Amino acid sequence: MPEPDWQVYSDLPRGPVVSFPIASINKTGAWRTIRPVVDEEKCIGCKICWKFCPDVAISMNEADKAVVNYDYCKGCGICAKECPKDAISMIDEVKA
Amino acid sequence: MSTPELKGLPAESPTGTVKVINGNQAAAWGCRLSRVDVVAAYPITPQTKVVEKIAEFVAEGEYTPEYIKVESEHSAMAACISATMAGARSFTATSSAGLALMHELLHWAPAMRTPMVLVNVNRAMGPPWSVWADHTDSISQRDTGFLQIFCEDNQEVLDTVIMAYKVSEKEHIRMPIMVTLDAFYLSHTHEPVNVPHQHLVDQFLPKFETETKLDVDNPKGFGSLSMPHQWYMELRYNMQVAAKEAGKLFLETEKEFEDIFGRSYGGMVDEYHTDDADVIFTCAGTMASTTRVVVDKLRAEGKKVGLARLRFLRPFPADVFAEIGRKCKYLATMERCISFGYEGPFATEIKAALYDVDDKPLFKNYYVGIGGRDVTPELIERLYLQSISELEAGKVQRLQEWVDLKGEEVE
Repeated sequence: MPEPDWQVYSDLPRGPVVSFPIASINKTGAWRTIRPVVDEEKCIGCKICWKFCPDVAISMNEADKAVVNYDYCKGCGICAKECPKDAISMIDEVKA
Repeated sequence: MSTPELKGLPAESPTGTVKVINGNQAAAWGCRLSRVDVVAAYPITPQTKVVEKIAEFVAEGEYTPEYIKVESEHSAMAACISATMAGARSFTATSSAGLALMHELLHWAPAMRTPMVLVNVNRAMGPPWSVWADHTDSISQRDTGFLQIFCEDNQEVLDTVIMAYKVSEKEHIRMPIMVTLDAFYLSHTHEPVNVPHQHLVDQFLPKFETETKLDVDNPKGFGSLSMPHQWYMELRYNMQVAAKEAGKLFLETEKEFEDIFGRSYGGMVDEYHTDDADVIFTCAGTMASTTRVVVDKLRAEGKKVGLARLRFLRPFPADVFAEIGRKCKYLATMERCISFGYEGPFATEIKAALYDVDDKPLFKNYYVGIGGRDVTPELIERLYLQSISELEAGKVQRLQEWVDLKGEEVE
């Protein structure tokens, strides 16, 4: 469901109650200072990173490799820490 | 418990049955008669009898809400918010440290726009331990968005709980309301109270209906993130509009209540002999009853003195106090509370309301009855005599004064 066309305070619901997935319109990836980069050669498709990601920002592609959604990834590094094959490395955003 | 015989009082009236009950029981009756669906119960002195009395109603099968024995006051408020979000009418009661433990969620309930009634028995904050009357506990919650009404007697407690639900739940308000009563002076003092007939309360207070509720067929996000550029500020603006509007609605609601039950309490500020008064005392809660006695005595002697009993802390009746300021020559607050490092909270609020008044009265801030110390008619009469000498001098000796302090105040 798309974001409603709210223009002014009187368009709002009474309280902060919404019928659309509000987290998806806030692209919190801009908060990131370091980014996870997946080495597809090393990734075995175990999905441990997918399971641990607190922002639901990792999905698996058709080849069963981890893919990071940089629109929402805040760069916490949990995926890199948990990966049993060291397939994810964290690099500075300024070098990305 | 059977109702004791009431000498000189009819036990039955057309609108209710007179029972001799204390302020806590009056609050419990207010809850029951409002047909509250969910009660979150956690005991604390001197509030305990509120939730005990409701438990007794439940045990006897007279009233069957969802009675939740929560593990803390923080949980009590969380339960009430959640229950209201599920479309239920909810109630809780607390006091002092219990109210303080709720603090985070006292912000959450108004911002989530969940209407409800919270009864707070005004009790001093520790340390040292004190269970007696003091207004600091609820005044500390001033900026949460919880609207706040002080009561003077047990009848007013019962009636105000019912009226508060009606105001709180109105579609354009949807703000929670705190109804307060003084520890022991009301919570543990028995008085004759007219307990309204249920069918009349049902006629006055409609069932709570809301379209904004938890619904598995129509999922919603409650209280999710708002970025700074989004809608947080506008949601706060809407709360401010609703909070101010609640004051106007309360006046209408009290009129409707009076039409059915024949009782009302004077709107947001209960004025007694203020129209031609040179000196007006203002206070909240049970001190007002003592002040009335003094006003009556002094009026019989031809003295022009009046009482403005503050009922609403929020929304604050600034316009009423501006009018009071125009009427009198000397205005004094008597406060069971202090904001350390400045002055009495009521003094701050009322003086701000006098900003646009051209011919301002002399203003005095008295600290009395802090931590439940008795405020006697003799004490108030002394304050009146002092007001007269200060009026003659054309100025107050001190802006603030600790009445009957053991020792001299420093300059």
